[in-house]
Amino acid sequence: MQTDELIADLSGKFARRKSQAGLPLWLAAAIAPVVAFAVFMPLLGPRPDFLASFGSIRFDMKFVEAGLLAVAALGLLAALARPARPWRNRLPLLLVPALVLLAAVAVELAVMPEATWPIRAIGQNARTCLIAIPTIGAPVLLLLLYALSHQAPTRPTLTGAVAGLAAAGVSAVFYAAHCPDDSPLFVAVWYPLATMILVAAGALAGSRLLRW
Amino acid sequence: MQPASSSKLQGLDDLLRRALAGDEKAYRTFLIDAATIVRRFAAQRMPRHSAGFDVEDLVQEILLAVHAKRHTWRPGEPVGPWLYAIARYKAIDAYRRRGKRIEIDIAGMGDVFEDPSAMPTAIAQDVDRAVASLGGRQRAVVSALSVEGKSISQTAKDLDMSEGAVRVAFHRGLSAIARKFGRD
Repeated sequence: MQTDELIADLSGKFARRKSQAGLPLWLAAAIAPVVAFAVFMPLLGPRPDFLASFGSIRFDMKFVEAGLLAVAALGLLAALARPARPWRNRLPLLLVPALVLLAAVAVELAVMPEATWPIRAIGQNARTCLIAIPTIGAPVLLLLLYALSHQAPTRPTLTGAVAGLAAAGVSAVFYAAHCPDDSPLFVAVWYPLATMILVAAGALAGSRLLRW
Repeated sequence: MQPASSSKLQGLDDLLRRALAGDEKAYRTFLIDAATIVRRFAAQRMPRHSAGFDVEDLVQEILLAVHAKRHTWRPGEPVGPWLYAIARYKAIDAYRRRGKRIEIDIAGMGDVFEDPSAMPTAIAQDVDRAVASLGGRQRAVVSALSVEGKSISQTAKDLDMSEGAVRVAFHRGLSAIARKFGRD
């Protein structure tokens, strides 16, 4: 086909159809916690002393760290989703949850006797953590990938990986309500490991599903 | 980005804004201008002596992507960087796929043969076997001419061969099939 024919064809089509905007990313981000909640409740649910635990700084910090990760990753994702949007200047956003977590770890190490560190880091729920965060995060990741497939990311693999990071953040907010381990040492060891599973899955899926 | 085209790029902002508001004529003008810019980009970017690669193919792929993803441009943003980002993405994509192009064509043929409604099965199977017995270029040429019914000039363009080379490959391919499947 000649290029002028193609142009005539495209501008003719244009009159008849609107561009497929699909599910907007902001809407997917707004639905994400609902999806995570719907998986979390029947699967695990909050721990028995959930309400009573609020106000304990270690418990509260888990939500702050996970929430900051979700917000930072979604902010980066919004820039990656469309062509020619500057995204590198948003990379430092990811440092915010990382630094908050590191600060919490530093305080924990300072106030707790060294003998309790291993017990606090290993916790009692590590395996559940490694399984639950990816499980709750998987439908969130799918939702984000679906929304992104209507956008035009020029870095599909990276975009998929960041979607995995965002899904892990959303998922961890809910998982934190179930997990009995509150020490920042536990959070710093196991949450990032569980997160890497979703990041890897997102990168792999992104390199296939987000091409256009 | 060429400095000379900056006013043209500004014009593009306005054209695409009007196009997205529903102005079909503005959209057509936008695509024509975009094609010119993108063609220059494609000609500069692509390696010159790459077999099976056609600048105009890339231009069309970019225009299709621009059309499909036009909602990812927001009024108020400059069109230039957006257009170049899409062009660059599709150029890299085309570069990666280059070389696999002819194999992809043949893989696509398999679907035609396997679809029972496409052709009476006995004949389809025979054609399939006959064409499959050929290799490389001959197979591509015989498929295009005999099975898909393309013209010699179109086939030559698709496979980036001269028309003479297409004719030679076609005759050699048919002779090879005749030798292999009887008619002796």
